[in-house]
Amino acid sequence: MESSKVIHAFYTDDEILLDAVKAVKAKHHHIEEVFCPFPVHGLDKAMGLAPTRLAITSFLYGITGLAVAIWLTKYIMIEDWPQDIGGKPNFTWWANMPAFVPILFELTVFFAAHLMVITFYMRSRLWPFKEAENPDPRTTDDHFLMEIPVHNNEVELTKLLTNTGAVEINIVDKH
Amino acid sequence: MYQFSGKLKIFSLALIIVGALGIAFSFYSGSQLTVESAKEIIANQSHGDSHGSAVEGTHSTTKEHDTSGSHTSDGNIDKEMSAHGAHGDDSHAEHVLHQLQNRPWSAFYVALFFFLGTTLLVLAFYASQRVAQSGWSIVLFRVMEAITANIVPVSILMLVFIGLTVGHFNHIFPWMAEGTFDPSSENYDAIVDGKSWWMNVPGWAIRSVVYLLLWNLYRWFIRKNSIAEDTANDGFKTYKKNYNASVIFLFIFMITESMMSWDWIMGLDPHWFSTLFGWYVLATLLVSALTVIAFVTIYLRSKGALPQVNDSHIHDLAKFMFGFSVFWTYLWFAQFMLIWYADIPEETTYFLARFNEYKLPFLGMVVMNFVFPVLLLLNSDFKSIPWFVIIGGIVILAGHYVDVFIMVMPATVGGQWFFGIPEISALLFFLGIFIYTVFSAFSKANAVPTGNPFLEESAHFHYYNIEHRGEGSADH
Repeated sequence: MESSKVIHAFYTDDEILLDAVKAVKAKHHHIEEVFCPFPVHGLDKAMGLAPTRLAITSFLYGITGLAVAIWLTKYIMIEDWPQDIGGKPNFTWWANMPAFVPILFELTVFFAAHLMVITFYMRSRLWPFKEAENPDPRTTDDHFLMEIPVHNNEVELTKLLTNTGAVEINIVDKH
Repeated sequence: MYQFSGKLKIFSLALIIVGALGIAFSFYSGSQLTVESAKEIIANQSHGDSHGSAVEGTHSTTKEHDTSGSHTSDGNIDKEMSAHGAHGDDSHAEHVLHQLQNRPWSAFYVALFFFLGTTLLVLAFYASQRVAQSGWSIVLFRVMEAITANIVPVSILMLVFIGLTVGHFNHIFPWMAEGTFDPSSENYDAIVDGKSWWMNVPGWAIRSVVYLLLWNLYRWFIRKNSIAEDTANDGFKTYKKNYNASVIFLFIFMITESMMSWDWIMGLDPHWFSTLFGWYVLATLLVSALTVIAFVTIYLRSKGALPQVNDSHIHDLAKFMFGFSVFWTYLWFAQFMLIWYADIPEETTYFLARFNEYKLPFLGMVVMNFVFPVLLLLNSDFKSIPWFVIIGGIVILAGHYVDVFIMVMPATVGGQWFFGIPEISALLFFLGIFIYTVFSAFSKANAVPTGNPFLEESAHFHYYNIEHRGEGSADH
């Protein structure tokens, strides 16, 4: 298939990369992926990526954790076996609420943090023994790589990318 | 340069005059009270007006005390409020009379302390920004400096208040009552006498004056030298001098703030003590201070007086408001929960009085100071929108006024509290002084601290996650 061909443009500086991304976007080419050795501030905005919703999921997980903690303390301490432990009031959950606050807080944080991290791993497809998807090992060290799909416009794209300061341009068959 | 508009000046003067009239009225009606009128008020209250339940609460605890015969902490509350322990027939009316007479004083004191403390914490936050060499807040320096101008008039009023208190014009501090340290007197209080090495009138007065002098000294020095910095051109010599002065001030501030909270607030309940109280007072004043900085900044920016302030600066202020709201809650809860959990009578009495007689403000303030700001200011976008910050800030400021109210009132007026003319007029009075001093101070100096080495960084400050849409955002 012809559309499985991609162009790989290498850069050695994040500022030049950022300008190149803007230039390619200005010409309305689709950027498939950009590989960087470190986070480049403003790259997501330049590429036009949608903002993450990870913080929203975390908030919802936190509420879940709070609910679990309330249920846990209410069921165990108030409903199942309301013992008098050191004179603490166990007639209602509210009467003994201050004693439960440390666990309410910790479980809220626990759920918010861990479930958000797991969500992040699933959404970004990261797990142990996962095969690395890196097209070139240099992108983990000192090179930046922009990947653009080719649609019979190799010459035009090559010229554009050369002008943006790419140090190396390869056309690669993607399987 | 900013022009202090005539409209705002008249508005602030009107607030001062209305407030002063209200204060004068409440002191006048306070001076008309007698034991007979106190009895009348007690009789009216048991007929079930809004205070009926609160007074019943007091009665029942008093009864418990009488029947059990043990020296419970509830007895201590009464004792320290009326400065004598006996429960005779007239003593209850006399006790209520003292509380009623305290009310105009307490209402004035709550507002005075709230404004003094908030202004002081703006000064401390400003010093911390200098010491941290922060890059974002330089364009707000003149705003903070202008706010700290308010420390001069409130310090003078505080000095007057200290003088009147020492001169026995009020019964705000029960340990200042005659005979407290005299074993032959019926007012003798052995517990307070044991603390007399710290809690004595000369010591209290001298310490209070020293705190105020030290704070005003730094404020005078830093304001003068911050303006000198603009035109100094001396290889940052003035800048470094200001840095050093701020380091020294922060050290002194942390010590004097703790001691101030013992002397001026914890001393109202001389039988009670708490180790984290200084931090707790610090937290409540710090949130208020940051909110006040945000308010004045948003107002001045909307008037075009702060061209370099963008939405990211507002966002940062809102983050501080959010973060220190949580910090306040942490300290409030840490103090409450440790005392609730162990339930040692000599400590629990503090919260018992507050929970029985101040239930709505006591619980309401947790909602206002924690739940509301946390939910409103959690979202990053909301934090950069001035209107959200103002809505959140109004609730935060009201909540922390209630906090100071609950620190002071239960010790001085007990069940006889109400939010009425004395409280509102004291607030208006200090608000008027605040507006007048702050905006006239802001109009007297360049709005941009041009000599600061971090000014450029501050003017281009941009928090990556938000879009700038407000004033001063066009060129960023």
